[in-house]
This record gives sequence, C-alpha cells and structure tokens, in this order.
Amino acid sequence: MLTIPEFTALVWLGAALAGFLGSLTGLGGGVVIVPLLTLAFGADLHYAMGASLVSVIATSSGAAAAYVKEGYSNIRVGMFLEIATTFGALFGAFLVAKVSTRAIGVVFGLVLLVSAYLASRPRKPSPAPDGSTAPAKSSLRLNSSFPTPQGLRSYDVRRVPLGFSLMFVAGTLSGLLGIGSGAFKVLAMDRAMRIPFKVSTTTSNFMIGVTAAASAGVYLRRGYIDPGLAMPVMLGVLPGSLLGTRVLVKTHTDRLRVLFGLVVAALAVEMIFNAYTGKL
Amino acid sequence: MPTPVNSERSIAASADRQFNSDQEFDRLLGNLLITGVVLAALVVLTGGITYLVRHGAQHPNYKSFHGEPDSFRTVSGVVRSATEWSGRGLIQLGLLLLIATPVARVAFSLLVFLRQRDFLYCVFTLIVLGVLLFSLAGHHL
Repeated sequence: MLTIPEFTALVWLGAALAGFLGSLTGLGGGVVIVPLLTLAFGADLHYAMGASLVSVIATSSGAAAAYVKEGYSNIRVGMFLEIATTFGALFGAFLVAKVSTRAIGVVFGLVLLVSAYLASRPRKPSPAPDGSTAPAKSSLRLNSSFPTPQGLRSYDVRRVPLGFSLMFVAGTLSGLLGIGSGAFKVLAMDRAMRIPFKVSTTTSNFMIGVTAAASAGVYLRRGYIDPGLAMPVMLGVLPGSLLGTRVLVKTHTDRLRVLFGLVVAALAVEMIFNAYTGKL
Repeated sequence: MPTPVNSERSIAASADRQFNSDQEFDRLLGNLLITGVVLAALVVLTGGITYLVRHGAQHPNYKSFHGEPDSFRTVSGVVRSATEWSGRGLIQLGLLLLIATPVARVAFSLLVFLRQRDFLYCVFTLIVLGVLLFSLAGHHL
C-alpha cells in the first residue's frame, strides 16, 4: 500500500498531465480530475469533486491573468451571466447532499460524454447572425467590440434570455459535479448568444472561477475539500494547464483533441458503469 | 447631423473604448489575479511540505467519505489551525486564499463600474458578490 508521500507524488503527476491535456484541448482539467481520482486512485466521489473544484479556480484565475491584457473578454457579458452561474452553482452544491452518489456518478458520466463530443468536434467559425434574432437591448449594454489584426470588430449579443438560462444550467452542473463546465459556457455564448468564439472562450474562463467560488464555500463547510488530496491536485493542475496554454499556440491540436475525446468517452462509460453497479 | 439613436450608440461605444483603453485597470486586475494564485500556491506548498514531513509514514485513506473536522471546514477553524502551523491547516488557508481571488476580482469590477457611473452593472456586481459571500459565510446550506 502506498504511503502518503508516494500517493501525493502520483496524484500530482496525474493532475499535471490532466491540466496540460485539459488546457491543450480546451476541455479544462476538472472533467478529467474527478474520474482520475475516483477510478485510478479509488477516492470517494465527494473528495474528488472538492479537489477538482479547487483546481478549477486555480486554472481559471491563472489563465485569466494572462488573457486580461489582450482585451478579448467582455466584462459586462461576464458579470451579467455570472448572476445566473453563481445562483446555479449554489443550487448545484446544495443538490449534492440531496441526491445519491450513484445519481451524481451517472450525471457526471453523461456530462463527460457530451464534453468528449464537444472536444473532438472540429472547430467551425461561429455562424453569422442571420437576422432571425434581435440584438440585445441597448439598456444592458452587452454589445461590444474586440481587437483583430484589421482593427476593432464590433458584435451584437443575441438571445439573452436563452443564454442566461443555459448559464444557470452550466452553473448547476459546476456546483453538482465540481467541474468548471467551461465547454457548456462557451456553447451558450458562442452558439446561443452568437458571441465571437475568442470572446466566448476568454469570457467563459473569467466566469469559471467566480462560478466555482460560489460552490466552494458550500463544499468547504460540508467537508468535501480534503487538504491532503486537494494539495497535489491544485499544485499539479496549475503548472500543467499554464504549460498547455503555452504549447497550444504552437501546435495543431485537431488529432490530439480527437484522441482526448476518445479517452474522455472511455472514462465516461467506466464512470457510468461504476456508478450504476454502486462501486463509485 | 447624427440622429439621436446614433449619438446614443456613440456614447456607449466611447464608454467601451474608454474601458478598453484603460490599460491601467487591466494591468491591476492581471496583477491581482496573479498575486492571489501565486500566494495561494505558496501557502499550499508550505502546508503540503509540512504535512508530508509529519505524515510521511502513514497511508492515505480516501475510500469512504468521512467529512473533515471543524478545524478544516470553517474560515475561523482554518485560520486557527494555520496559526498553530498545522500542515493541513496551512493547505486549507492557501485554498481559502485561492477561493478569495475570484471574489476579489468581482469586488474590483465593482470599482470599475462605479468609475464608469454604470449603476445597473454595480447592482449586478453586488448581486454576484452577495451570492459569493453568502456561500462562504452562510451556515444553513
């Protein structure tokens, strides 16, 4: 049986790898940390979720510090939608104690499957607004612009109520599963609200940390955040994901994203199977 | 001669430009986030080393959920055990600092919106800040 230092070193390595691949593929480290800790290290699901949630805050703040200077993120969109995600996150964290471990495991597996699909899907440019949806009301002042090589490009934000509702769901998933649910946030902004992809990803990254912080207080008080487990996870995911962001600029990640998508899909199936048979 | 709609738009656009060009604020925010994360990581690392040195021969047990003792579950308990130089208490203190980083970012946004006299967004920011503080301080969830 492993001693605490051996266990810590292995978890640190796994977390660094998860953070690296997570940021390289745009999926985030959180969705892989929980299966890693439960399936490979045999940790209880609640401890795994607590450690994962903490690492999500670390990567979000670390990456946001790098993004903030580029001028892509839309702080009004972020703040407005954070109302939905933080209430969702509180609700999700509240649900953890109300539903069975088995149910959480199954939901987690399903979310992993969707994430795997989203990650391996080739990246298409956002469809142009087709006039069937109206731009956001000017009183909310969500419409903005972002820098391109050809100068500032302005954009209108669309379908605000739909985006807001989707963000509540994203926040609930974040609180219920201990993940950042960045893939869903990007989906809501990019696909539903027609916000340019680059603005969606950087704004989503901003929102992930605030969303996760909203459930972290509840997690802490319920005792889901174990210091011995969260320590190597946080200290591993942080450098791993920062390194991934550096490498991302230089590599074509299409094939890697498909491979990672397959790994995540396999983890999803194992997670659902284990949850269903009560082994989680 | 601009129509009223256009002039309204140009006011909004110039306010956005004012924010976009406000690199001072962006730099401050970037530094705030970096400082929070680095500080949190250093405290977690210090606690982690202390914990590993003291518990090096033991075996971890995360198979079943026991919850954490009060000293690792509440802000006051964490601060107390950290000041007693408990390894795990220090780790939890570092994690609390980490959780506080996005909260500080939201508080910082409040200053930005106040400076822009954008009171609707001040209200939005206060709502988010309220949820965050309720999560950290509330006892009934």
